[in-house]
Amino acid sequence: MNHLLLDVGNFSEQFKLNFIDDERWKWIVQGLLVTLEITAVALVIGIAIGIVVSAVRSSYDKNKETMKARGGVGYALLSGANSVCRLYLTIIRGTPTVVQLLIFYFIIFSGWRNGVPVAMISFGINSGAYVAEIFRSGIMSVDEGQFEASRSLGFGYLSTMRYVVVPQAFKAVLPALGNEFIVLLKETSIAGYVGIMDLTKAGDLIRGRTFSKLMPLIAVALIYLTLVMVLTWALGLLERRLRKNER
Amino acid sequence: MNANDVLLKVVGLKKYYKDGAVKALDGVDCEIHAGEVVVIIGPSGCGKSTFLRSLNLLELPTAGEIYFEGDKINDPRIDINLHRQKIGMVFQQFNLFNNLDILSNITLAPMKLLKQSRAEAEKNAMELLERIGLPDKARNYPSQLSGGQKQRIAIVRALAMKPDVMLFDEPTSALDPEMVGEVLDVMKELARSGMTMVVVTHEMGFAREVGSRVLFMEGGRIVEENEPNTFFASPATQRAQDFLSKVL
Ligand SMILES: Nc1ncnc2c1ncn2[C@@H]1O[C@H](COP(=O)(O)OP(=O)(O)OP(=O)(O)O)[C@@H](O)[C@H]1O
Ligand SMILES: [Mg+2]
Repeated sequence: MNHLLLDVGNFSEQFKLNFIDDERWKWIVQGLLVTLEITAVALVIGIAIGIVVSAVRSSYDKNKETMKARGGVGYALLSGANSVCRLYLTIIRGTPTVVQLLIFYFIIFSGWRNGVPVAMISFGINSGAYVAEIFRSGIMSVDEGQFEASRSLGFGYLSTMRYVVVPQAFKAVLPALGNEFIVLLKETSIAGYVGIMDLTKAGDLIRGRTFSKLMPLIAVALIYLTLVMVLTWALGLLERRLRKNER
Repeated sequence: MNANDVLLKVVGLKKYYKDGAVKALDGVDCEIHAGEVVVIIGPSGCGKSTFLRSLNLLELPTAGEIYFEGDKINDPRIDINLHRQKIGMVFQQFNLFNNLDILSNITLAPMKLLKQSRAEAEKNAMELLERIGLPDKARNYPSQLSGGQKQRIAIVRALAMKPDVMLFDEPTSALDPEMVGEVLDVMKELARSGMTMVVVTHEMGFAREVGSRVLFMEGGRIVEENEPNTFFASPATQRAQDFLSKVL
């Protein structure tokens, strides 16, 4: 029964063993920083990819008829780009994230000795697929009528997107985007597979040293939980701010 | 632009869907002159919306030619956006921009496309809002307006571009009955001010009162056209007679 948290004397003993001795708390802090770094960079990469892919996909859907009628190289380019995007979405969404990470680390970037940038790229490319579909659904959620009204005033496709569609799409996708952010944060916990010491791996290493089953992993779980709750709260705040601007 | 100049001209216009299985427009020829108020009527699905939406190329024709102020606008090499600035359109569902307040709905296009200053655009917008009796709604959002108010705003949003012609696709069909009048009043005033208008509507009273010509469509063609009083009093074709006996 030596791993029961309820035993106070045991708790402080365990705490000292797992976090104070050999300054093991530093592992946790370093791991947390790595987790946050990977998440932040992957998010930026994911949003960048998401913007490009959703732009290609939705402008293909909206303009293919007109561009086909006009013919020329523009249509061929756009339709080619659309096919590439669809292939990307199929592959990324059809394979496990951890397999993608292993492929990136051991095959595509096998020469790189530091796993962190590889993980950033891998998670970014993974997240990009989901973000792209979130953005595309946001664009589709703005009704066709407003799009046509803008076109009928003389706005081109891009101006219409900029002034009318995207501002509304952004508001519509914010909850889903926040959710993707949270999923991404938690998903980086597989980074240990390629030798990265992230938050999860740090807890696991401590467990290996101290043979304490409970405390290091519960600590790690609590840190993730706290991060997610803070994020959820901040996103709720942002959403309410945006909604207030509308009324 | 002189009165009686040909503003819009349509030659052999066809629009097919599903590889020709659906013939929404099946050879329409028509001229619309400056200052005319052309009213398009006909049974549901006869191609009225498709015809109207072809006039500013929201629908791409399968065949035929569309000329606006002498330019063939269904030519791929033409910049349709420039021509659309001169062709105002009002939709059944209003289609105001939900992310912008009323004033910005009206000033967006004049500022971005006609490069008006904000002060100038807002002054024009406020004058237009006065004209329809809604100046106090300038800072409201579309979600806070009634259907009739939204449609009147949609009309002045198009007018702010100072178009040469205004297209209306069943502008009162989505409205509660008590709001139809306020929108028709704005349209009648517009007609009397000399605006060239093409109006798809089921409001026969409007057609009689301010229409200069009625086009009766069926099966993707213009079956009959005439001056409203003659048309309503003694329609020449059997199909128009049948249609009128149902709606009047
Ligand atoms: N995108 C489309 N795909 C296939 N068929 C279409 C499409 N749009 C219109 N049609 C068909 O074309 C025909 C003409 O449609 P249109 O909307 O112009 O009719 P309408 O006269 O405006 O009817 P309503 O009075 O109901 O508005 C209809 O038979 C319609 O079903
Ligand atoms: Mg219609």
